[in-house]
Amino acid sequence: MPPRTLYDKLWDAHVVHVEPDGTTLLYIDRHLVHEVTSPQAFEGLKLAGRKPWRTDSVLAVPDHNVPTAHREQGIADPVSRLQVETLDANCREFHLTEFPMQDRRQGIVHVIGPEQGFTQPGMTIVCGDSHTSTHGAFAALAFGIGTSEVEHVLATQCLWQKKSRSMLIRVEGELGRGVTAKDVALAVIGRIGTAGGTGYAIEFGGSTIRGLSMEGRMTLCNMAIEAGARAGMVAVDDKTVDYLRGRPYAPQGQMWARAEAYWRTLVSDPDAAFDAVVEIDAADIVPQVTWGTSPEMVAPVGAHVPDPAQAPNSVKKADWERALHYMGLSPHTPISGIHVDKVFIGSCTNSRIEDLREAAAVVRGRKVAANVKLAMVVPGSGLVKAQAEAEGLDRVFREAGFEWRDPGCSMCLAMNADRLEPGERCASTSNRNFEGRQGQGGRTHLVSPAMAAAAAVFGHFVDVRNLQ
Amino acid sequence: MKPFTRHDGLVAPLDRANVDTDAIIPKQFLKSIRRSGFGPNLFDEWRYLDRGEPGQDCSKRPLNPDFVLNQPRYQGASILLARENFGCGSSREHAPWALEDYGFRAIIAPSFADIFFNNCFKNGLLPIVLPAGTVDRLFRETAANEGYRLSIDLAEQTVTTPTGESFHFDVDAERKHRLMHGLDDIGITLAQVDAIRAYEARRRQEVPWLF
Ligand code: SF4
Repeated sequence: MPPRTLYDKLWDAHVVHVEPDGTTLLYIDRHLVHEVTSPQAFEGLKLAGRKPWRTDSVLAVPDHNVPTAHREQGIADPVSRLQVETLDANCREFHLTEFPMQDRRQGIVHVIGPEQGFTQPGMTIVCGDSHTSTHGAFAALAFGIGTSEVEHVLATQCLWQKKSRSMLIRVEGELGRGVTAKDVALAVIGRIGTAGGTGYAIEFGGSTIRGLSMEGRMTLCNMAIEAGARAGMVAVDDKTVDYLRGRPYAPQGQMWARAEAYWRTLVSDPDAAFDAVVEIDAADIVPQVTWGTSPEMVAPVGAHVPDPAQAPNSVKKADWERALHYMGLSPHTPISGIHVDKVFIGSCTNSRIEDLREAAAVVRGRKVAANVKLAMVVPGSGLVKAQAEAEGLDRVFREAGFEWRDPGCSMCLAMNADRLEPGERCASTSNRNFEGRQGQGGRTHLVSPAMAAAAAVFGHFVDVRNLQ
Repeated sequence: MKPFTRHDGLVAPLDRANVDTDAIIPKQFLKSIRRSGFGPNLFDEWRYLDRGEPGQDCSKRPLNPDFVLNQPRYQGASILLARENFGCGSSREHAPWALEDYGFRAIIAPSFADIFFNNCFKNGLLPIVLPAGTVDRLFRETAANEGYRLSIDLAEQTVTTPTGESFHFDVDAERKHRLMHGLDDIGITLAQVDAIRAYEARRRQEVPWLF
């Protein structure tokens, strides 16, 4: 057999049937479901009198609409409440496993999959959510789908797909102090652009990636979609295997040994050819801050807001002008001179225990600045929250003036009560700085957890590398 | 799904790159558990001057006169002309639902985001990729000629201008076939039941921990 990439191996193992033009029926091993993109799919099933093909392949959780405070009082917004109740009812009716809002394992769908060991190497994993790419950190082929496809997977356990081209993003060298996986993700997007990965499945490789924790790899794969790629992935190594050992849904005993032996084969062969290769030197990556309304509008913390007059072409120039107008920024402003009104530490990009530890390390012994109206930490799951509390991180945040909330998507997309007001500026550890993403008229700057924590205590962006 | 064969329609230009699905249909409308009725909230934050909430009567809301779809000359448009990376961001299928519900049947752009592109085909909406230079020209011609229309022929894979000039576009054979006949994917897949069962039987031996 010719040498194959990790993506080739994952693809080949899941082919059920191929049409003459290459359109492939691909088998899906795991299906994550949340309340926003599933109701119409369940309704479609019911109307057609169909049943889920494999109930054991599904794990459902409400995350987008859930409140992050006073959860015991239920959901105040009746429209949000109906959507969450609809998920509960559908899971009951079709006998699907769900972690409902009050379950201590509830959390953001992309945090709980890995945390439960439901996400495993070698799997195809889908979810009606673009950040499904997160699970690729475990050498799985994981990608987001639309609601029609959610219904399709429920009904048939398969999806029609065309194979993507393959891209290797190789990052070599050691990351400097204070530089995190989030900065790598933003730097990659700054380099290749938000459409740079369109049509590709990206594998992240190189010594820098091998040096990242599983949390860091998840942060990176999470943002593959922000570079236009539906899937991002990292090869299996000891860290992958160690992370999964003992998790509730991971294989046990004899099965574990067989599974591990197979997982170890999930790496690109040494001579495998990629359709595109991007090389990045870790030494060139510094803490990043986005200044515009697309994740590619990003700059090093020590830089200045760019001048549209220097944009590479007229479409970009118009884009930059519109973005600066929306963001209320002038060209040449130093990034570190930008003050923030709110700080949000959370989302499926950066709400895992390691993220909270990094943020807490910056916050410890400091106070939230007077100009910051709200600084909040929203752990990615109930179990992350419990772990953080066991480590005393909640106290560090609370004593500094942060709010310590219950798990969910929260102000990443502001479908619940947590949102920016028009004109408010936020340092956010989430993944999208689109217009209105965190609330109509809200202005989002994407940063790492440590950078967000530093912005909270100084009231403006600062280079975390300069902190003691 | 509505089949798509030929379509002749008025063109509306949306001159921005990287139009994301949050802009196409803002998140507050995703709380709906229905599949229809998203048209009035298409591009909500750009289209109206007030803040949109689910369940409002949109006919009474103040329109943003500067937004292109509100201009009288583009009323009734069914072909959207767009810039690169259209439909990036969230996987929400509410975006094609809203475009379709508003009355669009086709979108022409130099490039689309993958998930959005895919979702369009599931909803009878045809995304057409044309070279950036051609799209640029269509923008200029749309601006210069009120009532500018294009005619799209999926069987021939062509977009034809009022002067009779034709541009060819690519589309996967399988997608084209399904869209032209309005076929339901699930029905097609279920014709492969034996292949799916055979695959599962084999995998159960190879990777039993997945079952
Ligand atoms: S945290 Fe944000 S990006 Fe992640 S699933 Fe929730 S809404 Fe989507």
